[in-house]
Amino acid sequence: MAGKPKLHYSRVRGKMESIRWLLAAAGVEFEEEFIETKEDLEKLRSDGVLLFQQVPMVEIDGMKMVQTRAILSYIAAKYNLYGKDLKERAWIDMYVEGTTDLMGMIMQLAFQPADTKEKHLALIIERATKRYFPVYEKALKDHGHDYLVGNKLSWADIHLLEGILMVEECKPDILSAFPLLQAFKGRTSNIPTIKKFLQPGSQRKPPMDEKTLATVRKIYNV
Amino acid sequence: DGVLMFQQVPMVEIDGMKMMQIRAILSYIAVKHNRYGKDLKERALTDMYVKGITDLIQIIIMFPFSPPEAKEKNLDSVKKRATNRYFPVFEKVLKQHGQDFLMSNRSSWADVQLIEAILAVEEKMPAVLSTFPQLQAFKIRMSNMPTIKKFLQPGSPRKPPPDEHYVETVLKIFKV
Repeated sequence: MAGKPKLHYSRVRGKMESIRWLLAAAGVEFEEEFIETKEDLEKLRSDGVLLFQQVPMVEIDGMKMVQTRAILSYIAAKYNLYGKDLKERAWIDMYVEGTTDLMGMIMQLAFQPADTKEKHLALIIERATKRYFPVYEKALKDHGHDYLVGNKLSWADIHLLEGILMVEECKPDILSAFPLLQAFKGRTSNIPTIKKFLQPGSQRKPPMDEKTLATVRKIYNV
Repeated sequence: DGVLMFQQVPMVEIDGMKMMQIRAILSYIAVKHNRYGKDLKERALTDMYVKGITDLIQIIIMFPFSPPEAKEKNLDSVKKRATNRYFPVFEKVLKQHGQDFLMSNRSSWADVQLIEAILAVEEKMPAVLSTFPQLQAFKIRMSNMPTIKKFLQPGSPRKPPPDEHYVETVLKIFKV
């Protein structure tokens, strides 16, 4: 039968990190093949394994899946992290789209020229504290449960924790006005599979440094 | 009124929910009306196709907002992406299984996205399908499906291509 999922990407967070989080949280072991040079990427392309010539690509259950969102949806559904019915799924989708937008902004930060970095960072902080976090704080407050949807751990919670930690790397006290999110962060970080992922030696990737950024720019022409 | 979850539109009121986020709304409608594939693997494939097509549509959506000096370059980019990256994939899929629709013989969300994208690209480049015979046939088949045919006729809720006035209005309302 199918072996472990195999992730094809560079040794950075980028768009693959959410997939690493979800697999890890679901307790699924996975392998990684790293794209370290332009030639590595070209080989994947010429082997015809990248549907739209792009990564992330994940080999899973006999498929070569591309498109982050498609991959995440598949994993969430497979490991019962996608709610119990269509409506719960809809809520999870909505919440995930929000955290995706927020994390997308943070991912772009590394690629900003020096003169706009400051402004971009300020926008991230503003969006996090005025647009996104209030929604999740309110959701937790309204139903009083430990998790965002259906009183059960779902993809939405894992994605939110990832988002929170990412924003905290930009501004450590970002949750100061969000007591329920602080509690949520504490609880969710202690879930055994997630706790393991957060420890050194896991497959979680660090933020990009200057050298890695230069390599990424070269390989992907960004 | 507090009805916009992340202070953004689109928002669709459906089945007692105020749904936000395009992808979430589309997923919900697709599942509800059996347009999402019959099992998890078909769903995965549908998601991949849809997301790829969405990337292309996204470039087209942004095009009217390009500054005049970038318009030529961006148009070229749309053409290249469509003809080099996206259309060849779907041409191949249709050729390989020889069925009417991307996910074999039943129309799905992916087919609807694809016809939308084809028509949007054709508005900019009328001859774009000239090297894609399968897609040409697909376009005709899809356009003739009763529900889609109706949507393509004048008087339907379908919106026209963006013009200068549209761009101005959007920039003003959304302070983009």
